[in-house]
Amino acid sequence: MATTKLFFAGSGGQGVLTMGQMLTYAAMYADMNATWLPSYGPEMRGGTANCTVVISPDKPVSCPLIYEADDVVVMNLPSLLKFESLVKPGGNLFVNSSLIEQKATRDDINVYYVPANDIALELGNARTANVVMLGALMSVSPVVPVEMVYKIMEKTFSGRKAHLLDINKTAFHAWKQ
Amino acid sequence: MSEKVLMKGNEAFAEAVIRGGARFYFGYPITPQSEIPEFMSRELPKRGGKFLQAESELGAINMAYGCGAAGGSGFISSSSPGIALMQEGMSFLCGAEVPVTLLNVSRGGPGIGSIQPGQADYNQVTRGGGNGDYRIPVFAPASIQEAVDILYECPSIADKYRNPVMVLADGLMGQMMEPVMLPEEKHALTSEEISTAKPWALSGSKKGTRSVVKSLRLQPEVLEEHVEHLFEKYAAMEKELERVEVENLEGAEVVFVAFGTMARLAREAMELLEAQGVKAGLIRPISLWPYPYGAFEQIPATAKAVISVELSMGQMLQDINLGVKGRVPVKLIHRVGGMLPTSLEVVEKTKKILEEVR
Repeated sequence: MATTKLFFAGSGGQGVLTMGQMLTYAAMYADMNATWLPSYGPEMRGGTANCTVVISPDKPVSCPLIYEADDVVVMNLPSLLKFESLVKPGGNLFVNSSLIEQKATRDDINVYYVPANDIALELGNARTANVVMLGALMSVSPVVPVEMVYKIMEKTFSGRKAHLLDINKTAFHAWKQ
Repeated sequence: MSEKVLMKGNEAFAEAVIRGGARFYFGYPITPQSEIPEFMSRELPKRGGKFLQAESELGAINMAYGCGAAGGSGFISSSSPGIALMQEGMSFLCGAEVPVTLLNVSRGGPGIGSIQPGQADYNQVTRGGGNGDYRIPVFAPASIQEAVDILYECPSIADKYRNPVMVLADGLMGQMMEPVMLPEEKHALTSEEISTAKPWALSGSKKGTRSVVKSLRLQPEVLEEHVEHLFEKYAAMEKELERVEVENLEGAEVVFVAFGTMARLAREAMELLEAQGVKAGLIRPISLWPYPYGAFEQIPATAKAVISVELSMGQMLQDINLGVKGRVPVKLIHRVGGMLPTSLEVVEKTKKILEEVR
């Protein structure tokens, strides 16, 4: 199987680093090779955040840095403007249409408009918007086995956070094409 | 066999050194390695060790000097400008033959520079910024797993040669996450064990002989003999610590030389070139001192260029030229300041270089 390169961008607090980490954990649980690389800098809360995930089922990941991505998720407008060009021709772009009114401009890629924040609000927990988006990504581009995403959810939402497991699982399957 | 865990580079580095037997950490926060002092302040008290936040990098290296002189297995980490501040201490540690594990998670320079990844500490770490004739072995891993495996060995290597040992990572490796297998934890030496294993140490030994750990030797004859002794050790290190990985050299038209993260980038560029019909190979020095000059003998007659891929203005070129000995043109592909090239950029620049040298 080929290497998949993914990129997640948004503003600090939208859970973009977490989305990437969940996939990286899931890849590890599935015995795949994976790297997770965050942007880092002096800005924090409210600033821009992004991460790159490279998943390679068979061989070790050659390079954690990318020049194009198979799948790109943008959670806010500045991310769409900056990273639409990163999607490789024929690749997928996931746009958080709850916060981004603008449309993507390219016609050589597949664009999916996912109202992640609206769906999360309807479910009753605004903070699951990133999981809604991750589910949308996985429904189009199943880069890791779904059970492994469940496994990391079960590990993350345990103990004091156990009550959040069900809503996150629901959020993961909430978006339909 | 332990289970794979997903860890951020900096935390994995710290865990590896603890498992390798070091229990004393002295540090001062600096991006992009501040997770290390944070991790150590949380972990060491639970694991029979001591964490001390120094007042400065100068303080940290001298605390490690004291710790090592007493026979403790110490670890210090910093990033480029912080490592620069520690140079005096490194010379003293080598002169006094005190072991310590050092980690440089390097960033852009010169000066305070930037907090983004850099490799422009190459000369600083391989040539040394302190005074006098001394050497420090330097390893530059390319993945978090390799970094863990090397850092785990470092306390033992430092003890074996009674010398500091350094690992050079970069900001990118410190911040990224990758699955790793952690090695089994070694136990730290007890005071009793130190007095047997390190008879030279100031361990409060009751054996009745006096141990002296110092770098001051006022009599020229004594100092000359001491430096000659140090260089016998360095000669042994050159034989025993050299590490390198070579890939795809057979029939290669171009050979990349790169270490750390840039070696991974060069490896991907190699794959992309291969798909375009250009055969590329890679020499990846894992030890930067001792430098694997011998590996350059394997460069085939088909090679038209040797290209260093570096996050510096070409600090490794001098060593590459010593290895290549003028047989093939040596070129450079670089970015600096915290900017990172893409593998595609490396491919395009390589094709241009090949047109020039053809």
